[in-house]
Amino acid sequence: MKSVELIIDNTTVSVPEGTTIMQAAETLGVKIPRLCYHPDLSLEGACRVCIVEVEGVENFLPSCATAVRDGMKIKTNSPQIREARRDLVELILDNHPKECQTCERDANCELQDLAYAMGVRERLFEGKRKDHPKESSSTSVIRDANKCILCRRCVRVCSEVQGIHNLSQLHRGFDTVVAPAHEGAMADSVCIACGQCINVCPVAAFMEKNSTEDVWAALADPKKHVVVQIAPSIRAAIGEGFGLPVGTPATGQTVTALRRLGFDQIFDTNFGADLTILEEANEFLMRVEKGEKLPMLTSCSPGWIKFMEHFYPEMIPHASSCKSPMSMLSALIKTYYAEKQAMDPDDIYVVAVMPCVAKKFEIQRPEHMMDNGMPYTDAVLTTRELIWMVKAYGIDFANLPEGDFDTPLGFSSGAADIFGTTGGVMEAALRTAVETLTGETLEKIDFEVVRGVTGIKEASLEVDGKTINIAVSNGLNNAKILLDKVKSGEKQYHLIELMACPGGCIGGGGQPYPPQDYHVLDPEVLKMRARALYDIDKAKTVRRSHQNPYIQRLYKEYLGRAGSEKAHELLHTTYEAREPRGIK
Amino acid sequence: METVTTHSLPPDIVEFIEACKQQEHSDSYLIAVLHRIQGQFGWLSEDHMNEVAQRLQVPSATVSGVATFYHFFRLKPRGKHAVSVCLGTACFVKGADRVLSAFESELGISLGETTQDGLFSIEVSRCIGVCALAPVVTINEKTYSRVTPTQVPEMIRAEAEKG
Ligand code: SF4
Ligand code: SF4
Ligand code: SF4
Ligand code: FES
Repeated sequence: MKSVELIIDNTTVSVPEGTTIMQAAETLGVKIPRLCYHPDLSLEGACRVCIVEVEGVENFLPSCATAVRDGMKIKTNSPQIREARRDLVELILDNHPKECQTCERDANCELQDLAYAMGVRERLFEGKRKDHPKESSSTSVIRDANKCILCRRCVRVCSEVQGIHNLSQLHRGFDTVVAPAHEGAMADSVCIACGQCINVCPVAAFMEKNSTEDVWAALADPKKHVVVQIAPSIRAAIGEGFGLPVGTPATGQTVTALRRLGFDQIFDTNFGADLTILEEANEFLMRVEKGEKLPMLTSCSPGWIKFMEHFYPEMIPHASSCKSPMSMLSALIKTYYAEKQAMDPDDIYVVAVMPCVAKKFEIQRPEHMMDNGMPYTDAVLTTRELIWMVKAYGIDFANLPEGDFDTPLGFSSGAADIFGTTGGVMEAALRTAVETLTGETLEKIDFEVVRGVTGIKEASLEVDGKTINIAVSNGLNNAKILLDKVKSGEKQYHLIELMACPGGCIGGGGQPYPPQDYHVLDPEVLKMRARALYDIDKAKTVRRSHQNPYIQRLYKEYLGRAGSEKAHELLHTTYEAREPRGIK
Repeated sequence: METVTTHSLPPDIVEFIEACKQQEHSDSYLIAVLHRIQGQFGWLSEDHMNEVAQRLQVPSATVSGVATFYHFFRLKPRGKHAVSVCLGTACFVKGADRVLSAFESELGISLGETTQDGLFSIEVSRCIGVCALAPVVTINEKTYSRVTPTQVPEMIRAEAEKG
């Protein structure tokens, strides 16, 4: 490729043609301030915070949207630029509520950081304030348009990464607002509750529905036996909230922190994951034998499931009927475990710590209620909410000793840990399905072909004289691509793993905001979180779900066999077509 | 499986949409489709927009974004008494903008809106061809000529009395 030579802040730099000024500056270690820009989304050029001075050009140019030219002389930090940039940020602040101390994004806010970095130390103008009601109809995602700075990152992630197109910029001028169609309620929209809008929002205009108050109350209630479970991906990400390097596994510290918070039993969603594998592998092998309802689609990700119900209801018969690991485990806690402890299930309060805000939707689905109308899972906390609770309690997370999960529902195989990353469910399923099909022990259980955080992976495996075609996708735009190929007949897969969020649960909508030097959805962060899970898997002695001794005992004592009537009653579910219908 | 789950559009508009879909870049016909609907109904309802979204396969949020961006599109039905202020050159020169503001402040609504009780709505027209009478306001079929802002409250009262 042709290269272009230019001068940035008196330093000569040579970059490939087509590079933007912002990217060229980054090669010199100059990070130009920015707001609407996101490296993985389309260019917006809306905020102009990233302006630079180009010699011979009268106006300042937005560096995120301007390509370099040979011989350009650029200043990123002249006094004029600094002043203009600060003015721009001040203009945004003029219409912004002065609520930092009471705001959930306090100390985690890009606008706050920017104002600080620009040296805004006083507010000279009292601008007009927006006056939109807070929109909290959704089980998962709260929209507070008064804090919105119209960067449109949410609009872009919702359409470009997730293919949902739920959000749009409505009206014009000062009345402009980002909202679903007709400024309708999120609960009545095609929103699949993935929470990626929360992740990319630089301010507190999109937030998860907070459940920490409910959980504090349950912990303080002497009549409640409070049980917690944590999703596989939590252990790979939670440390970031306490300053640990990205990708530090923190299983043991998380368990200790939960004990200090006062939870009575600490179980592991991983156990549910191992169980899911046994049920799902059994379902899959039966479908293969009968040659029906293939490809089978995995069902762990509630965002993906809601997406299917709005956008691809015709694919519902293909979805595995297995509940998610979280819902399987909650069902067991309020039946199997309650019976063992001779407890009334209504006295048990189940909290699930999840990387995901769609889980808050999942637990309220009528399919996940007990016969008496009580939910199997009482509350879902995101990783972010748990981080906040631990901090609020004054627990020094980084220096905690490592604790152990309680048995029996806290023991898991390595196959369960990798559920937290894209490709992990597939790999875990293959470890069990292939051994069941061949009756032999696999020599190598690492299925490298399904690893890595790319959006779509495909492979064909020879198993017992049969060819099994598999595919793995993350981010729902990629799900669309795969499903359209299935529908057109272009591809014949047997099993497809689908996860709603980029990178899978490690990139979930409830995961920590990125630490300094990383951006939201940063593939580097996702890779390191995935690496943490693979390392945990590798270090375990039991790495196949069907070899989890507590799972074996559960079947013997309680469920009978995989796919039994009892298993169906507790561990399987149904789906329904949903309105409004999504536009593919 | 049926992808169109909203049914609010008459057959001729459905046909028009189908014809648009035969064209390249069919989503670029969105504004034309909305124009037609407003031409027939006087406004765009949420059902109309949702059906357009489904038939044209353009996300509802996008349809809604376009419809709310252009002042031309009405998102509420016209009032029983539809006030239309001519903003053609002659009327404008003679102060039609001040007449428009008077209607807005007197009725407590903005251009393109309808009062809560559904009685009054305000829109603008472009030259209705009676420039000698400028500035001109029509309320339903009735034309008022040489309107001044001070006459506005009385015009509204008179209309409201008609019920
Ligand atoms: S979004 Fe950021 S700047 Fe706005 S009130 Fe919250 S912390 Fe402060
Ligand atoms: S939660 Fe997901 S689907 Fe819903 S608006 Fe946000 S990005 Fe879009
Ligand atoms: S809600 Fe957040 S991400 Fe969306 S436009 Fe507003 S500030 Fe940007
Ligand atoms: S970051 Fe470049 S215009 Fe917003």
